[in-house]
Amino acid sequence: MSKLDSKIPEGAIDQKWTKYRSTVALVNPSNKRSLEVLVVGSGLAGASAAATLAEMGYKVKVFCFQDSPRRAHSIAAQGGINAAKNYQNDGDSTYRLFYDTIKGGDYRAREGNVHRLAEVSSSIIDQCVAQGVPLAREYGGLLSNRSFGGTQVQRTFYAAGQTGQQLLLGAYSALQRQVGSGNVELCARHEMLDVVTIDGVTRGIIARNLVTGEMEKHFGHAVLLCTGGYGNVFYLSTNAMGSNVTAAWKAHKKGAFFGNPCYTQIHPTCIPVSGDHQSKLTLMSESLRNDGRIWVPKKKDDNRKATDIPEEERDYYLERRYPAFGNLVPRDVASRGAKERCDAGYGVGNSKMAVYLDFAFNTARYGRTEATKRNIHNPSHEEIMKMGKEVVKEKYGNLFDMYQQITGENPYEVPMRIYPAVHYTMGGLWVDYNLMTTVKGLYALGEANFSDHGANRLGASALMQGLADGYYVIPYTLGVYLSTEVTRMSAEKDKADSIEKLKTNHPAFEKALNEQNDIINKFLTINGTKSVESFHKRLGLIMWNKCGMARNKQGLTEAIAEIQALRKEFWSDVRVLGTANEFNPDLEKAGRVADFIELGELMCKDALHREESCGGHFREEHQTEDGEAQRDDVNFAYVAAWEYKSESNWELNKEELKYENIKIAQRSYK
Amino acid sequence: MGSGHGQELNLTLKVWRQKNSKAAGSFETHQLTGISVDMSFLEMFDVLNEKLIIEGKEAIAFDHDCREGICGMCSMYINGRPHGPKDGVTTCQLHMRSFKTGDTIVVEPWRSGAFPVIKDLAVDRSAFDRIIASGGYVSVNTGSPQDANTILISKDAADEAFGAAACIGCGACVAACKNSSAMLFVSAKVSQLALLPQGQVERKARVLKMVAQMDEEGFGNCTNTGACEAECPKGISLENIARMNRELMSASATYAK
Repeated sequence: MSKLDSKIPEGAIDQKWTKYRSTVALVNPSNKRSLEVLVVGSGLAGASAAATLAEMGYKVKVFCFQDSPRRAHSIAAQGGINAAKNYQNDGDSTYRLFYDTIKGGDYRAREGNVHRLAEVSSSIIDQCVAQGVPLAREYGGLLSNRSFGGTQVQRTFYAAGQTGQQLLLGAYSALQRQVGSGNVELCARHEMLDVVTIDGVTRGIIARNLVTGEMEKHFGHAVLLCTGGYGNVFYLSTNAMGSNVTAAWKAHKKGAFFGNPCYTQIHPTCIPVSGDHQSKLTLMSESLRNDGRIWVPKKKDDNRKATDIPEEERDYYLERRYPAFGNLVPRDVASRGAKERCDAGYGVGNSKMAVYLDFAFNTARYGRTEATKRNIHNPSHEEIMKMGKEVVKEKYGNLFDMYQQITGENPYEVPMRIYPAVHYTMGGLWVDYNLMTTVKGLYALGEANFSDHGANRLGASALMQGLADGYYVIPYTLGVYLSTEVTRMSAEKDKADSIEKLKTNHPAFEKALNEQNDIINKFLTINGTKSVESFHKRLGLIMWNKCGMARNKQGLTEAIAEIQALRKEFWSDVRVLGTANEFNPDLEKAGRVADFIELGELMCKDALHREESCGGHFREEHQTEDGEAQRDDVNFAYVAAWEYKSESNWELNKEELKYENIKIAQRSYK
Repeated sequence: MGSGHGQELNLTLKVWRQKNSKAAGSFETHQLTGISVDMSFLEMFDVLNEKLIIEGKEAIAFDHDCREGICGMCSMYINGRPHGPKDGVTTCQLHMRSFKTGDTIVVEPWRSGAFPVIKDLAVDRSAFDRIIASGGYVSVNTGSPQDANTILISKDAADEAFGAAACIGCGACVAACKNSSAMLFVSAKVSQLALLPQGQVERKARVLKMVAQMDEEGFGNCTNTGACEAECPKGISLENIARMNRELMSASATYAK
């Protein structure tokens, strides 16, 4: 029998969630006050969960490694958030958002979870607007929408190119309100280093105060990991420098299964690498594909300037190959398209590893509309472009500025050069319908879990999922478990050594703390010759070359051996200076890189075992004649949930995916 | 002026080193060669830190995270200006093409009594979090608010609120101000919520509480020099301070606790 029970409620798809949340066990208000919840991470999922649970009456502690919860990496999300509001009257509905997300995920996500996500999407927008989040408006005062990839409706809400920032600041202000009223204790500049379990049940965490170096024990009746994704395993990604897998990985080693680790999203529109010094890659929002057209020269190795290449010598390859969706195909398809053209010798720029994202066509279109609005007859080309640029600036000004800062080129005058980069990880800790991992009392929310995006996430769905999990799912599903804790606490009331009486004095806390101290001391005493950073770079290269946009059996097999060798070298030759009892960013990073190395091996193992192509996972051995991903629904329509056994040793568990409402089909955007 | 693509720079760096909040600090000088003009300022620091580690010296501690100008974590005071010589960018978005070979670059932490130094270039800005916790929100619990389109908001009001909400909380305004005033930061949040219908109910209480907390944290007063606006990487306007002063006067005169 499978060890995995997804706990998807019975019943019709559109009734599951409504019925479930109306019938699950509740925790009464006075009991909530004695239940402690630890929330690790303060991004959209963490901040929204912590604020909401505190409003409900739970005692909440929030941990983040940044100096303020407002800086969690959700802040950098640019383009928007989806919701099935159908404000545009263009045919949207809960069902259509559900369908688009399942199809976009290449039929590797759970129907029950995704339908719930689509159902609550509308409330998220209402909640954020009520908080004073300034989403974009039309002149009549209504909310504005735009399109994102993989859909044919306009359901994306946005705040210029800073949607993540505005939504996060909304959740952060709700969180700070609870901090101010004493319902949340905020532990900023703290990093979680381990989960503490007693008899297999989560009882708290070990965290390091990053300023003083002090190791701390924290008790909780439940622990929520809202710690984001692990894209930084590739070294270069659009993630923040501090984004890491440590909390999730330590949980994995304590028994939480890791779901679909190889499902990585490579985002098609990022600023290309400029040199060896590169420390991170910068995304140019998918929203730009509303008005930017992607092309390469029709001629190989064409060294002319973009503006010197005439229209008929340009290949708008996405529009050519996918006429129905054009430039707005899903991310995995757009990324592979760019790679295919560059590999075939049509790339542009100095490195030839880039394609153009060109705004001239739509700038002119906007310019002509403006001319009509302003009653300017027979405007000159210059006048049209000038007015058009004003419109483009209003829509994407901050992104264009950012592009210019980084590249030194003006995208209003010349097309942007873009190339795919690691952006998001669909994989993550396996969770059931309640968002609980395979460890009792331990939950994973937002990007940290694997649940809603299958093998490819659609644009503007990450913000939706993070806030759905925090505002509208966990407040209901956490009670299912905590109500049983209330019963336990009552039964153990008179026990002298009960969990409640001992809390962090239980020996399990001391043991976990000592283990983490040992690891830190080990880092500081290896005294090798190479920096932590240099190991991270080498890991990233292995992952990008062999477990990146295209994967094959030989490369993955090599990568596993290379990563194992790298791990040995790391633990014998890394150099970490300074002490444990101070602010020591290099020491923090050593722990994160050690965990990334172990994760990298598992990602390659997962990618190797999945003998099919689906979404972001493209195995070169499995493609259709025209180079599209070829799924194998007979053998691989399951979630791969890996159970940690010992070093380099995992056991595969499978959760079969059942499609009862959507007919599983070859994905087509043609 | 700046340097062109593909060039390399030789630089002298004078960096503030300070063991912790209690220790005395001092400048340390480093020579760097072969710095690509395409590097960001923080990538130049990565190169320096790699060099220090290989030499067996402790790396320079500095705050940074997103490296795309939005998280507000990076906080270097470069040649006497928060976030360096270019207008409208954070340190992470400052690129070495803004410098020329032979330059001496002086790098310090944010200097303000309310932002104590943690180590080297990293400072403690938790005072900002406490100011937001004192009233920088709309008191709505998560639940079932009315449909988002029920209250119409004019595009102008929404855009103006967005302009104020674009603040990234980096603290450059405080670092730039000779009085270490946090007025630009506080006024940005006060303005955002005062401009929107959702913020009206708590409008008066909010400004009173946030200003009181700002004073308690030890930030200085505003003497209208405008250095904050000039150095703000997100273009937050001084008009927000004027608006906050009006809000404060009005609330002080009419709001009974």
